[in-house]
Amino acid sequence: MLRVIELLGRYIMSFAEELGRILFLLYSTLKQMVLLPFEIRNTFKQMLEVGIRSLPVVLITAIFTGMVFALQTFTGFKRFGAEALVGTVVALSMTRELGPVLTGLIVAGRAGAAMAAELGTMRVTEQIDALETLATNPIKYLIVPRFVAGIFMLPALTIVADIIGIIGGYLITVGLFEVSSTLYWKRTWDYLEVSDIYNGLVKSGFFGASIAIISCYKGFYTSGGAEGVGKATTGAVVLSSMTILVSDYFLSAWLFK
Amino acid sequence: MIEIINLHKSFGKKHVLRGVNLKVERGESMVVIGGSGSGKSVLIKHIIGILKPDEGKVLIDGIDIATLKENELYEVRKKFGMLFQMSALFDSLSVWENVGFALMRHKKMNEKEVRPLAIEKLKLVGLVGVEDLMPSELSGGMKKRVGLARAIAHEPEILLYDEPTTGIDPILADAINELIIEMKQHLSVTSIAITHDMNSAYKIADRIAMLYEGSIIETGTPDEIKNTQNPVVKQFITGSASGPIKIEGVHYERTLNRT
Repeated sequence: MLRVIELLGRYIMSFAEELGRILFLLYSTLKQMVLLPFEIRNTFKQMLEVGIRSLPVVLITAIFTGMVFALQTFTGFKRFGAEALVGTVVALSMTRELGPVLTGLIVAGRAGAAMAAELGTMRVTEQIDALETLATNPIKYLIVPRFVAGIFMLPALTIVADIIGIIGGYLITVGLFEVSSTLYWKRTWDYLEVSDIYNGLVKSGFFGASIAIISCYKGFYTSGGAEGVGKATTGAVVLSSMTILVSDYFLSAWLFK
Repeated sequence: MIEIINLHKSFGKKHVLRGVNLKVERGESMVVIGGSGSGKSVLIKHIIGILKPDEGKVLIDGIDIATLKENELYEVRKKFGMLFQMSALFDSLSVWENVGFALMRHKKMNEKEVRPLAIEKLKLVGLVGVEDLMPSELSGGMKKRVGLARAIAHEPEILLYDEPTTGIDPILADAINELIIEMKQHLSVTSIAITHDMNSAYKIADRIAMLYEGSIIETGTPDEIKNTQNPVVKQFITGSASGPIKIEGVHYERTLNRT
C-alpha cells in the first residue's frame, strides 16, 4: 500500500514538474515573441511546414469524415424520418468538433512529431548550444516561429477541414441518397451560427499553441542521443494528442455554453 | 582575459567541478586536458555562459558572466567563437549560411553582403567550392573546417575548441592543429581548447592545464607538462592504464567477471 502511494506521489510530482517546465517555456516564448527583431523568415518556413504541408492529409481526412458522417447519420435519421437534417448535423459536428479536433490530431502527428524530432536532434548534436554561442536565443530562433505557425495555421487548416467536410457530407447526402441539394444547403445554413465556426476556430488556435509548445518542449529538453530523440518524438505526439482531447472537453463546455 | 575562480558544478548527486581555478591571459593558447567524463565540456560551457556555476565565478575581461542579464550575456558572447566536437553545423542551412550566421544576425548584413565574406572565411580554412552544399554532404573533416570558419566569421576575441581533433584521422587532426595555430597567429585571439589528444595539446598550447577529479591539478608549458613529476599527470600524458587514475566502471566490471 505504502509503495502504491509512493509511486503515485512520484508520478504526481514528475507531472507537476513537467507542467511547470512547459509553462515556463511558454512564458519565455511569449516574452521572446514580442521582442524585436521578428523571425519573419523562419516563421514563414514553419507556417509552410505546419500549414501547407499538412494540407493534403487534412483534406483527405476531412472529406472522408464528412462522407462517413453523412452516411451514418442518414441511415440513423431515416429511422425517424429526419433525413433532411443530415446537412445540419454534418455542419455542426464539423465546425464545432471534428474540424478542430481532427486537424489538431493530424498536425500533432505530423508537424508536432517533426518539431520534437528536429529540435531533439539539434539538442543532441549541440546545434542548440551552437546557437547560444553565436549569441542567438534558441527560444526566439527556434520555438517562437513554430509557436506562431501553430497558432495561425491550425485555425486556417480547420476552416479548410470544415468546408471540405461539409462538401463530403453533401456528396453523400445529395449524390448517393438523392436528398435535394437546395434542402441540404438550406438545412446547413438554417441552423449553423457564426459562433459555431468562430468557437471552433478558437479551440483550434488553442490546440495549435498546445501542440507547438509541447512538441518544442519535448524536443528542446531531449537528452540521451538517438534514443532520446525517439522518446521525445513519441512523447510529443502522445502528450499533444492527450492535451487536445482533454482540453477539447473543457473548452467546449466553456465556449459552447 | 579569462579568469575562473573556485568553480563548482553538480548535476544531481554528481559533483563534476569541485573548485576549478584557471587564468588565461589575453592572446594565450590554453589547452585543458583530462579524461573522458572529467568535466572538460562542463568547464568550457561555463566559460561561454551556457551553464551557470553553483559556486564560484567566471570572469571575462573582469565581468562575472553569471550575474549578467540575458541580453548582456548575449553581448558578451559576441566576443566568442566556438568549435564543437561534432561541429554542430545547422543542418537546415547551407555551408555559407552556417558560416555567415552571426554576420547576418548581428551585423545586420544581407545575404549578398555576407556570402562573399563567408566564402572568404571558408578559403581561410582551406575550403573552396563547398559554399552551396548542405552540411550532410560534407565529410567529418570538412565539417570541422566549416565549424571553424563559422566560429571565426564574426572575428571573435576568444576561440573555444571542444575536442577539435576527436573523431578524425591523424592527418586531418594535424591539419586542424595547424589551422588552430594559424588562427592564433593571424587573428591574435585568446583560445581555450579541451582535449585528451596529447599530440594536439603539445602542438597548439602555450600552456596546458590538467583537469582531474573536478579541479585543475597542474598547469605548465608543454615542456613542463612533459617533464612532470605528478603521477596522475604522468599517467595521463603517457596514456597508461595502470596508475593512480581510476578508470570509471572497469573495477566494477572486473569484480563482476570474477564472481
